[in-house]
Amino acid sequence: MGKAYTNPIYEYDRSPDQFSAAPTHHPVIIVGAGPAGLSAAIDLAVHGIPAVVLDDNNTVSVGSRAICFSKRSLEICDRYGPADRMLNKGITWNLGKVYWQDDLVYEFNLLPEENHKFPAFVNIQQYYFEEYMVDRCLELPSIDLRWLSKVSNVRADDDKTTLDVTTEDGTYALSCDYLLVADGASSPIRTDLGLPFNGQVFQDHFLIADILMKAEFPSERRFWFDAPFHPNQSTLLHKQADNVWRIDFQLGWDTDLKEEAKAENVIPRVRAMLGGDIEFDVEWTSVYTFRCRKMDSFIHKHILFMGDAAHQVSPFGARGGNGAIQGVDNLAWKLANVLKNKAPTALLKTYDLERQRGADENIMHSTRSTDFMTPKNSASRAFQHAVLEMASRYPFAQSLVNSGRLSTPCAYIHSPLNTMDNDQFEGGVAPGTVSTDAPLIVNNEQAWLLSLLGNHFVCLVDASQSSEKISELASLNKDIRLILVNPTASRQSLMKESDVSVFDQLGVLISRYDLLAGTTYLIRPDQYVCARWKGFEAKAINSAYLKALGHELEAD
Amino acid sequence: MRKLNLEPNFTDADAFYAALTDLHRDASPEQSEKLNARLILILANQIGDIEILQEALSIASDI
Repeated sequence: MGKAYTNPIYEYDRSPDQFSAAPTHHPVIIVGAGPAGLSAAIDLAVHGIPAVVLDDNNTVSVGSRAICFSKRSLEICDRYGPADRMLNKGITWNLGKVYWQDDLVYEFNLLPEENHKFPAFVNIQQYYFEEYMVDRCLELPSIDLRWLSKVSNVRADDDKTTLDVTTEDGTYALSCDYLLVADGASSPIRTDLGLPFNGQVFQDHFLIADILMKAEFPSERRFWFDAPFHPNQSTLLHKQADNVWRIDFQLGWDTDLKEEAKAENVIPRVRAMLGGDIEFDVEWTSVYTFRCRKMDSFIHKHILFMGDAAHQVSPFGARGGNGAIQGVDNLAWKLANVLKNKAPTALLKTYDLERQRGADENIMHSTRSTDFMTPKNSASRAFQHAVLEMASRYPFAQSLVNSGRLSTPCAYIHSPLNTMDNDQFEGGVAPGTVSTDAPLIVNNEQAWLLSLLGNHFVCLVDASQSSEKISELASLNKDIRLILVNPTASRQSLMKESDVSVFDQLGVLISRYDLLAGTTYLIRPDQYVCARWKGFEAKAINSAYLKALGHELEAD
Repeated sequence: MRKLNLEPNFTDADAFYAALTDLHRDASPEQSEKLNARLILILANQIGDIEILQEALSIASDI
């Protein structure tokens, strides 16, 4: 199966660690070279932290799996490197159509407001994403990717973790300060350690069929409730790169999943949907049960769980892959600062705190979508029908149609890393929310705000009025980089080498951030705002920086 | 503080009640379930405020 893509095969290379008498110690070992593991390796490398990545396979995802990458994920991947490749290869889409029986009941357009670097969503097969991420890893010398290396016997101590790695040459031991586990929803490491993974299993099965066809359907998301070709169940059609189309058939509970996954049973379903004339090949099929589960804590001693190993959601909201990338985005800068002794180890606890919040939000949306799509009793069915039959006529009912609420970044409004507002803002970006993009001019060239943020703490400051205060920050704190918006000429002469001058020609940045009269934002390395003021006080900025690094948190 | 109004608010309570029972007079239990579902959604949208709706849902389940 699979004509559209040939999986790359990565070579197994021997490591000197295999021939060392004592177990070699590394600061960070990552288990699993999927979306979460590869993201973590790159993010840590960007922060100057080397990592060993162990994967029991020697290729990228077999089958397309996660296909919808959200704007936030693209922004994070831009920090990692491969976002442009994803954008070029993938399918950008904005339009969603919802059908009920024979009728179109509702259309939504995700077309975002103008002046953002990335679109709302790009559809690209997970194997391409992983291939681009592996390519990026290979460019970064601090990443040690080891294929065909199976991890077992993980022993968690209070200050380190040891493990065995089995290869074709036998088994060797390694130890590390921190073990990052991204070995998937069925995580063998989580299971071996006996850590609970609880949640809800829904009595519903789905069949994914990726087909290869040359059809002139537009690249929109089409969703059917009770389609004539697939009665009483839902169906989703979505375009991917290379003329591959994702079809998702709801099957209900009383189905034989093994039978359903067979090509001879998949083909008639697809044929019924597309009509007799369209030729297609089945690329890949998969069956799954809807479930939403997470760990009670994503941290166990010095082991940090990421991606599906930590939290699993049902599809239809594109929250699995996107949630994994956003979790890594949250973790990497914290771990890097802990390893560099710039932050207390207590900072890591906020990975659990903030991303439990993210996982709860993802699970909540996913559960609500599932409950709408699959009514559990006669009353729910009556409400679902009432919504669908009113949606084409009355706009209010459209807001209740739930065919998946698509992933948007989670806000950490109550995070202990935030410094609460003391000043009045007209909108803007509140502490605990992710920075919004804006077009800028830097060195007379077009640039994007988000490309200038990330990897460091950044102070975004309106510098249009003269003041000497900006140089005070450098004497208190050399780690914060300044982005001076519309600076005066005298202001530019006070800049450090790492500081940047930007010009907001269109006024978009100033309006999105309410950035007037010396307004200052402090932005974390994951591009989340942690504090803001209507003025520039170096001491307050430094205090907020220390707070965001966890220095006010209770020690372990 | 409760936001849901539990004091009389109908311009004509008897007329509403008569219209509601008329709506269901010839309906089968199945049709009535459909009518009620539509009606709840239409009225809920008119209220809109999630806090008021949650108070109403909670009172409905407590009685």
